[in-house]
Amino acid sequence: MEMHFDQHISRQFNEDLEGLKTEMLEMGGLVTSQVADAVEALANADSALAESVLEIEEEIDRRELNLDEHATLIIAKRQPTASDLRMVMSVIRIARDLERVGDEAGKVAKMALAFSEAGSAPRGYTEIRHIADAVRNMLNDALDAYTRFDVTAAMDTLAKDTQVDMDYSSAVREMITYMMEDPRSISRGINVLWILRALERIGDHAKNICEQVVYLVKGTDIRHSSNSNNS
Amino acid sequence: MTATTTITTTVLDVGEAAPNSQKPVEHPIMDTLTQSTETVGQPLCESATLRMRHVNVFYAETQAIFDVSLDIGRNEVVAMIGPSGCGKSTFLRCLNRMNDTIEGCRVEGELTLDGEAIYGPKVDVVPLRARVGMVFQKPNPFPKTIYENVAYGPKIHGIASRRADLDEIVETSLQRAGLWNEVKDRLDKPGTGLSGGQQQRLCIARAIAVSPEVILMDEPCSALDPIATARIEELIGELSENYTIAMVTHSMQQAARVSQRTAYFHLGKLVEVNDTEMVFTNPQHPLTEAYITGRFG
Repeated sequence: MEMHFDQHISRQFNEDLEGLKTEMLEMGGLVTSQVADAVEALANADSALAESVLEIEEEIDRRELNLDEHATLIIAKRQPTASDLRMVMSVIRIARDLERVGDEAGKVAKMALAFSEAGSAPRGYTEIRHIADAVRNMLNDALDAYTRFDVTAAMDTLAKDTQVDMDYSSAVREMITYMMEDPRSISRGINVLWILRALERIGDHAKNICEQVVYLVKGTDIRHSSNSNNS
Repeated sequence: MTATTTITTTVLDVGEAAPNSQKPVEHPIMDTLTQSTETVGQPLCESATLRMRHVNVFYAETQAIFDVSLDIGRNEVVAMIGPSGCGKSTFLRCLNRMNDTIEGCRVEGELTLDGEAIYGPKVDVVPLRARVGMVFQKPNPFPKTIYENVAYGPKIHGIASRRADLDEIVETSLQRAGLWNEVKDRLDKPGTGLSGGQQQRLCIARAIAVSPEVILMDEPCSALDPIATARIEELIGELSENYTIAMVTHSMQQAARVSQRTAYFHLGKLVEVNDTEMVFTNPQHPLTEAYITGRFG
């Protein structure tokens, strides 16, 4: 069924729903750039950039609260049904995922600060870069699929999480090997593992957003189902 | 010269107009109106009390209902929704032949109650309406005492004549209608002296006093305040343990709250029938979606 959120008898309702969606996508844009900046700060040992990521994290938390409040008001005032209801529900769920992506970006930024203080670049950057690119693309594509109500794109993006999970596992194995070879690298190695873990989680959140695209458009909840629980 | 120019212009106009007229730019939802309206969803069920097949209703020359097939299952609450004039009340009124009183109204198709034809030649509408009771939009108690309002039906239908039996029917009916505690000390007072919500529950008590199988409700809460509405809705839930209920409502939230299945009517056609949860979260027909989300112009 086609999605139209601008054809209600009540123009105010159109505006409320459009506004909610726009607000969520703006939050998505902000979160996506947070991920990029955190990884950039790590790669370039840029402590100023890492600091700014941590500052913006609070802004993201605030946006999640705003989105929740606006969604609550729409439910209270309009009692949305069908696709309208699914729109509101999906925005609430996605806002939560985005806020958590923001948290993960914050973790990466904190590690970037720690590394920039310690100086030299540890092993594992290549893997970090690789996974970071993959999850950032996933996040972008997931939000893009939501904007265009594109289920096919959402399913394609969702499928990429399997590869991210595999890359994560092999990066972890590699880090273990380094740490066994050189026990002095353990404390840094553990930090790299934390970063890898944070990035891998971002992939999971991007996957959750894709599931909400399917829910919004098709009305089927594919969370925890066989074609999406390969994480 | 002039004639040639005119013709050329006309041809051009047609050429330009044709692709435009095929484009459903105006309102994509309305476009589906012209498509065939076979009912989407699950109009039929296995243990049907009321079974309607290919029902057409006419008011003189005007057709009000088009080929509607629907089952209403035992102890089920089916809500009928749709914009004004969509035929939902007309359809409801067919189920106990209330339309018989309207001149020029003609009902075609197969309508059965427990397998017996509702419009059969030997059917007496008086006992039929006892089996298929009705509650209307505006509470309409008789200008009699509360007791008489409830006892009247059983008396004229010959269900009970002894005072003790009537007393029992009055008490159980009022109890089932959730009104007993409020009126037990003033059964001899006029029914019209009760509040709107109480009057409506009195009408429900009156309907169930004659032990119907089915209760039809035509917007039973639209004249009531939210508290009285909540009580009636609660009551509908309780009544559905013993009765089959078909209700017409303009409140979609009410349909969502009280019914198991929801039927959406549009321009005399039954567009979609599905589990109520499905209808309100993921309707299958674009017209249903448009209506319940308030997208109708």
